[in-house]
Amino acid sequence: MKTAAVNKKVRSRRSLSRNDRFTLGAFVGLPTLLQVVFLWFPTLITVVLSFTYWNGINVGDIKWAGFANYKNIFLGSPVFYDALKNNVVWLLWFTFIATPLGILLAYQFDRKIKGHQIYETIFYMPVVLSLAIIGIIWNFMLQPGGFVQGVMGRDIGNAVSIWGNYSINSYVIMAVASWRHIGYIMLLYLAGLKAFDSSLREASAIDGATEWQTFRKIIFPTMRPVNVIILVITIIDSLRAFDLVYIIYGTSTAWPLLNILAFQNFAGQGISMKGAAYSVIALVLCVVPILVYLRNVFKEDLQ
Amino acid sequence: MSTTIVQNKEYKNKQKTKDNFISAIIGFFAFVWIFPILWTLWTSLRPYNDIISYGVFSWPRHLNLDNYFQAFRVMGLTKYFLNTLYVMVPSVILILFLGSLIAFVVSRYSFRFNLTLLLFFTAGNMLPTIATYIPVFWLYIKIGDLFGNRSLLYNNYFGIVLIHVAFQVGFATFVLSSYMKTVPKEISESAILDGCSVFRHYWNVMLPLLRPPLAALGVLMSCWIYNDFFWALILMSEDSKRPVTSALRQLQGQYITDFNLLAAGASIVAAPTIILFLVLRKQFVSGLTLGATKG
Repeated sequence: MKTAAVNKKVRSRRSLSRNDRFTLGAFVGLPTLLQVVFLWFPTLITVVLSFTYWNGINVGDIKWAGFANYKNIFLGSPVFYDALKNNVVWLLWFTFIATPLGILLAYQFDRKIKGHQIYETIFYMPVVLSLAIIGIIWNFMLQPGGFVQGVMGRDIGNAVSIWGNYSINSYVIMAVASWRHIGYIMLLYLAGLKAFDSSLREASAIDGATEWQTFRKIIFPTMRPVNVIILVITIIDSLRAFDLVYIIYGTSTAWPLLNILAFQNFAGQGISMKGAAYSVIALVLCVVPILVYLRNVFKEDLQ
Repeated sequence: MSTTIVQNKEYKNKQKTKDNFISAIIGFFAFVWIFPILWTLWTSLRPYNDIISYGVFSWPRHLNLDNYFQAFRVMGLTKYFLNTLYVMVPSVILILFLGSLIAFVVSRYSFRFNLTLLLFFTAGNMLPTIATYIPVFWLYIKIGDLFGNRSLLYNNYFGIVLIHVAFQVGFATFVLSSYMKTVPKEISESAILDGCSVFRHYWNVMLPLLRPPLAALGVLMSCWIYNDFFWALILMSEDSKRPVTSALRQLQGQYITDFNLLAAGASIVAAPTIILFLVLRKQFVSGLTLGATKG
């Protein structure tokens, strides 16, 4: 059986005419070229640049720096550890609070709880909004003259700064980030649950299991492949986090993240290849989760 | 027998009360969730002076669409919307086209590098954007100089399109190839037996079958590219050429004091994706889930 399949494959490859081979080459080559030139090559160059001194103006000025940028970051930049801490906070918050909440919502909506269709739409709505808009919307909530200030009884004259308050801004940022993330996870998990065999659930209900027991003991374990993928997506998103904080703080380091520091060194005054080193650190941290993701998604093909 | 039925009924009633309770709690959170959006809409309907003189929670004395007309006039949103179209339409078409090419080859012809290719395209979609920023910027300027026209890619819609395509084609490839795996191989085999060329096999046989995932991806990609403001902020040097979300970001700084006008602007810019989502929810969901959870 297997040899027959192999024979067939070989035959079909041999039977391709020259024209067909050319077409196939173009089909593969064009998109690949585009991806290599504008995505993989630039990434590789950034890795190389992270080992150099350069002000970003003349290519001739590039000087080899060895590990100096990294040394500078690890030993001479306390802000790096703040950023790392924030990335970890983001990761922990998303993994242990936002993502489980999204899963919980998906589970309740899958049970066709009253009003589930309207709820689904509402929870997903922030996901379709541009971050440029999300920044404005949350400013209306938090800025002087905004809703929250009004609730706190402060009008424009005596408003307090919420974004600038270091004891609470982490929570505020996590809340806004979750506002988007929970709906996204909810939708992904809901799709996974649709494929779930409902007879299993009925059987456990007949056996007298509570909803919580059914979820914990039966549904959650059976959903393992989806769980892994959602966890990995959560991790990658936390390590890549950038847009939301950039929208709020620009390139300032009021609430640093690895990618914010990278961008600050690229786009702020005085371009420095420390930025390249920051983005390489973020990239390296992403490699393992990306590999796990690929392994899970292409499990069958890889065997 | 009868006791179990009674018990069952009791159990069901109890569950029903519990479900109503859960639904109420989720309902409360749903309200919290949508509140910032509603608040923005509410703000956009009131003149700025009302808030200044009577406070944030004052009873509205004037409710009208003035801010919306004003937003179109003062902010020049029409022009920016057109800019968005110049970027979005070619990007989506190219992403779908190139993605379907790779997906077609990978799922219908067996080469040695099929899986490598697929892995490489999928991984490309997950790379952090920031890591490519400096080299892409340089590449754009250098390629422009090479052809004697510095704004061939930099400060040009074409350049923004290219970078979107490079980043998103991996996602399209992944979604389309996993969909193609569910299309029976026999269709392709008979096409090949009938002497179909590779191009006709793709164009006349496979492409029509790909309509559902292409539609789903098209909706999803349109939304993503519409929403992106980052690349246009970096690769467009002229404000007037920026798409609407990047422009909004600029305008935010300019109109920071008149936030009722800004609220109207934000509502206008948010409207297309929200409407798209409400109308084509099915496409949205299937596009995302094909990409995220199926192998």
